[in-house]
Amino acid sequence: MSLNIIVCAKQVMDPETPLSAFHVDEAAKRVLPAQGIPPVVNGFCENAVEAALKIKEAAGDATITIISLGNNFVMDVMKKPLSMGADQMILIQDPAAENLDALGTATVLSKAIEKIGTVDIVICGQQASDWDNAHVPLGISEMLGMACLSEARSIDLGDGTVTVASSRSDGYDVFEAPLPCLITVSNEIGEPRYPTLRGIMQASRKSPETWTLNDLDLSESDVSPVLTLSELFIPASNRQCEIIEGEDDADSGRLLALKLREEKII
Amino acid sequence: MSEIIIFAEIDGDGLHSTAGELISAGKKLAADTGNVVSAALIGGNQDLASQLISLGADKVYLANDDAIQKGVADAYLAALHKICINAEPTVVITSKTPIGRAVGPRLAYRLGSGIAQDCMDVSVDGDSGRVTATRPVYGGNAMAKFTFADKDPQVVIMRLKAFEALEPDSSRSGEVIEFELSLDDSDIKSKLVETVKEESEGVRLEDASVIVGMGRGLGGPAPFSQLEELAKIFNGAVGASRAVCDAGWLDHSYQIGLTGKTVTPDVYITVGISGASQHMAGCSSSKNIVAINKDGDANIFKEASFGVVGDWEKVLPAFTETARELLES
Repeated sequence: MSLNIIVCAKQVMDPETPLSAFHVDEAAKRVLPAQGIPPVVNGFCENAVEAALKIKEAAGDATITIISLGNNFVMDVMKKPLSMGADQMILIQDPAAENLDALGTATVLSKAIEKIGTVDIVICGQQASDWDNAHVPLGISEMLGMACLSEARSIDLGDGTVTVASSRSDGYDVFEAPLPCLITVSNEIGEPRYPTLRGIMQASRKSPETWTLNDLDLSESDVSPVLTLSELFIPASNRQCEIIEGEDDADSGRLLALKLREEKII
Repeated sequence: MSEIIIFAEIDGDGLHSTAGELISAGKKLAADTGNVVSAALIGGNQDLASQLISLGADKVYLANDDAIQKGVADAYLAALHKICINAEPTVVITSKTPIGRAVGPRLAYRLGSGIAQDCMDVSVDGDSGRVTATRPVYGGNAMAKFTFADKDPQVVIMRLKAFEALEPDSSRSGEVIEFELSLDDSDIKSKLVETVKEESEGVRLEDASVIVGMGRGLGGPAPFSQLEELAKIFNGAVGASRAVCDAGWLDHSYQIGLTGKTVTPDVYITVGISGASQHMAGCSSSKNIVAINKDGDANIFKEASFGVVGDWEKVLPAFTETARELLES
């Protein structure tokens, strides 16, 4: 039987953007796009695509559908999961997406997953590098009434079940859950593969389907926020670094230790 | 009277260190709202309940059920959900532990509530009387304050060590309520099959009060032993930047940062770490950051309180030697 896998992927500002190019409009309470630095697919989401591809390779017959919610999608960026080997992509693009909180986002994504139909596994990155919420996927599992296993470092598919290992501070726990199941993955699941030339060619011929909130029978009142951003600012560093300088580097090292002792830090 | 419920986790036979921290967070909000602070103790006993009261809880819901399996979020979630349906708290606080960060969000979504993750501080908004949560976003590049709309409970997940636990005081009084759970099989979908311990020598990164951080500036895996030697003097641990782990010099379990571990040591001594925001996201709550780096313009010097601009190969041995002498004397 063919397996249906959904991967949620998010377009985010490149987290490697240098601090000098990171600006906040405090009045508008938003982060300004960095000039000349294109967005990327969120790192953990690429890990999720990789996990889905591994499951597909193991299962043989599977369809991987990428869904993404946002605005101002950059198609060259968003097609990366397709060029890595995903089968199809649905972009939910709606002006209302700008104002959604996490509850609204989870509502839209779970409606989209319902609309897609029978789903066996939903895989998401454990968090997005913009708002660092790390809980929209958990919300999707609640809304769809699915089992939920988070922060997976490995996924093994059984017969109607899935086994997942999650890192703990002193090792890892292994969990089992029935399908359908939502799984969030950590970076330990494995490096996302590089798209091959063939993959890129195939992806270039695919055009993502585009949905709006209307296509999901949702109006803005269905996704009104329960959490409001009241302030956004770049924290002022209150740390003043005292540079220790000795006669040479070794002397500086020695003086640094003495200084830390004097300050009762060590 | 309305309640603030904190989710008190258990670690081994005792309370998890975060239980007292969450009570302190709850008490801060309670001071401005007149609420009581209750602790949900799921799978615990009377002794642990008394400990929660001595840490400042006004009330403890002591809830047990055979279906509760240590480490499985589903059961804790179902239990906390039942307690919330019954008690109708205005605020629920969990900790950003593996269980707390799975249970808190799922509870909020199950109840259609708002949730703020990884909070460094909480307060009550003077105008609305609602909770305002302060948390880092964009990998710590920015800070955000979120205010909850009027849907209860307001669910907050606190960063570890964001609040300090009160000194236990056995003269504090409180009420212990044995809460009947009667969990249903359908409440628990996943099960824990196995817990595997991975032996790592020495102190765990998350527990270390001193961490020595290894950066790309060290040029290769060989200097690890020198960092380990320094860490051992303090009974500390070695961590690393993402670049070091991606290059395969160290395993990803050493990684500190946005896509690695979040650590809160008393002292974080970085060697050859530039201080990219990705990395700082995992260590910015360190009490003291010390930097050794040859690039005086590196971002790490904006975060550090003491530093040396120089060649680590010369700085580090002298630093280690002097530190050893100081600690032995």
